[in-house]
Amino acid sequence: MRIALFVACYNDTLFPETGIAVTRVLERLGHTIEFPIEQTCCGQMHHNTGYQKDAVPLVRRFVSIFRDAEIVCVPSASCVAMIREHYELIAQQEHDPDFAREVRNLLPRIFEFSELLVERLGVDDVGATFPHSVTYHPSCHSLRMLNVGDGPYRLLRQVRKLELVDLPNQDQCCGFGGTFAIKNADVSAAMLSEKNREVLETGAAVITALDNSCLMQIYGGLHRQGSSVRAMHLAEILSSSEVDR
Amino acid sequence: MSVRVGKTDRASSFPVAAKAALRNDQLRRNVRNATDIIRAKRALRIDEMPDWEQLRQAASDIKMHTLAHLDYYLEQFERNCEQAGGKVHWARDADEANTIAAALIKQYSGDQPAEVIKVKTMTSDEIQMNVALEHAGIRAYETDLADMIVQMSSDEPSHIVVPALHKNRFEVREIFREQMGLVDLGDQPADLTDAARSYLREKFLRIKIGISGANFAIAETGSVCVVESEGNGRMCVTMPNVLISLIGIEKVIPTFQDLEVFLQLLPRSATGERMNPYNSFWAGVEPGDGPTAFHIILLDNGRTALLKDERERETLDCIRCGACLNACPVYRETGGHAYGSIYSGPIGAILSPQLQSLEHSRSLPYASTLCGACYEVCPVKINIPEILIHLRGKIVREEQATLRGSLSAECLAMRAMGTIFLSHRRYESAQRLARLGQKIFERNGQLTNLPGLAGAWTEFRDLRPLPKQSFRDWWKTRVEAAVSSEEAS
Repeated sequence: MRIALFVACYNDTLFPETGIAVTRVLERLGHTIEFPIEQTCCGQMHHNTGYQKDAVPLVRRFVSIFRDAEIVCVPSASCVAMIREHYELIAQQEHDPDFAREVRNLLPRIFEFSELLVERLGVDDVGATFPHSVTYHPSCHSLRMLNVGDGPYRLLRQVRKLELVDLPNQDQCCGFGGTFAIKNADVSAAMLSEKNREVLETGAAVITALDNSCLMQIYGGLHRQGSSVRAMHLAEILSSSEVDR
Repeated sequence: MSVRVGKTDRASSFPVAAKAALRNDQLRRNVRNATDIIRAKRALRIDEMPDWEQLRQAASDIKMHTLAHLDYYLEQFERNCEQAGGKVHWARDADEANTIAAALIKQYSGDQPAEVIKVKTMTSDEIQMNVALEHAGIRAYETDLADMIVQMSSDEPSHIVVPALHKNRFEVREIFREQMGLVDLGDQPADLTDAARSYLREKFLRIKIGISGANFAIAETGSVCVVESEGNGRMCVTMPNVLISLIGIEKVIPTFQDLEVFLQLLPRSATGERMNPYNSFWAGVEPGDGPTAFHIILLDNGRTALLKDERERETLDCIRCGACLNACPVYRETGGHAYGSIYSGPIGAILSPQLQSLEHSRSLPYASTLCGACYEVCPVKINIPEILIHLRGKIVREEQATLRGSLSAECLAMRAMGTIFLSHRRYESAQRLARLGQKIFERNGQLTNLPGLAGAWTEFRDLRPLPKQSFRDWWKTRVEAAVSSEEAS
């Protein structure tokens, strides 16, 4: 299958290893990855912060870049939530029927990374080996907007030598919330310290999720505390093999 | 019109008020304990309901239908209520409602000292009725246990269902000791309940005018419904000679049958009970049974302005169960006072600013991570995250229309990023520039002290610097390598 990768702007810039891991996992499964180089941002930050006018051209841009893709893989649940929950509404508000039709046609071909593996490709064993203890934080958007369910767990359980540790109160938000982390930094930090107390109690060496944004928050707090717990996107764990680690 | 919601016009912004709340460890422990308990009880009572999702949908449908025909149902309610012997008064805003209430109380008090007993009503806190009554020389006694605690300590409610949730029993004992003059009062729940009972019974027996709110006003029958756990509300609505009920216009539902849906959803969502211990219904007056005079004040106070926009209208579906407060990870950290409004938590973050046409409480739509926990638990399916985003959009548009707003650091940054994202070449240049620019802030492989808006990040969190190679750099190198290896072969 030809899979177009929308890597997400913050992954591209801050977490290239996630895009590389997605590419490796999908290629290992025999798929061809395309990376349309014109891609930038899905518009989520602007839209959710209230700059909805500025988000519209970004939404149009995304749709025009990916409209002919067979499948679009996005290793960021919150970007997928933006696309699924808001693109159609935005198109309606633009009173542009052609644009709205293109959005409607594109939506069923957009998949978050773990969704693509489990639901679309029907794979839960990607042949990975990762000899570490790992705890999984279900990010709010993956949990409540995408309803990814147990997909990520199924993928993690099939990883050889991986010890999966349950995170208590896992459905509690980490406090990131995009610009919330800046506008309400004190509250965000208070939420984070509750989350990280739970993370540390698991004793896991690695915390994983489907969103590097939440992981950036969690890791940022852990590192400030002097903890050595690592934060890794699920794709990075799934791309690991005996040789790498 | 003077639409007012509590003391929002004098409140600090959420980030400022939250900072103060976060320093109060006792308050935070109380809030966490209380919300944990209610959430656990709620979860139990919802798991046992196979048709919970259908009930939610039904409630949402009934509410949306009613709001779309609100004029019809309100007039039907008025007719049926008056036919049963009640008198309906219409109040456009807080001042009108307070003036009506004060005039009625004065009229019925005659030459007696003007006093009233009140059953918990958030709507009366919304219009600051106690303050208005005090100005009119009327003494109001809150009889809901938690409201009484809040009133005695000159505090503000911190939760719409459990207003004294931020206080533990030791703090309550101190308040009772001081206010009731009970030097030897114990701190066991039974001690506190006994003290409250003796104090309140005297009021119930003596005071002849009661004030209530309403959970529901039923158009078909003209009746009013109040649900509660203590029985103090039952006393308030049955023992006085005169009863005045203050009702927000969104509380009307079409038929008695509709309660089937709401009375399953409300107690389970609010307190984790299958049914409220006290469910009081009354219509008009009945000789020899309860109050002989019954007045209803139907309050608008900014509500009709929400009707015209479908997204905003959803806010008025709220049945004030407080489930969204208990589920909210932000409320959990700060408690209710940080919201600067008697309506706190996620519902407060959308209701308070909207009632006042975004004149106050403008920081509240940002007091959320959009995690969606509120929407998940809402028994009437109010999509609070979407309304928050909608309100942020309105606020940004208003800000951008002013010179100061359009030149704010945030607005300029967002504009710049918007332009950068429109061209991948500009975006790639920005990536290169950021990599260069971050060098002076790097310490031991981390960014720990960034300037400007990003400083709010590094105040609490480290940040890994931008790596030397972006994903697209890696991709381009890979493509080039593939091309050159093809050429070589």
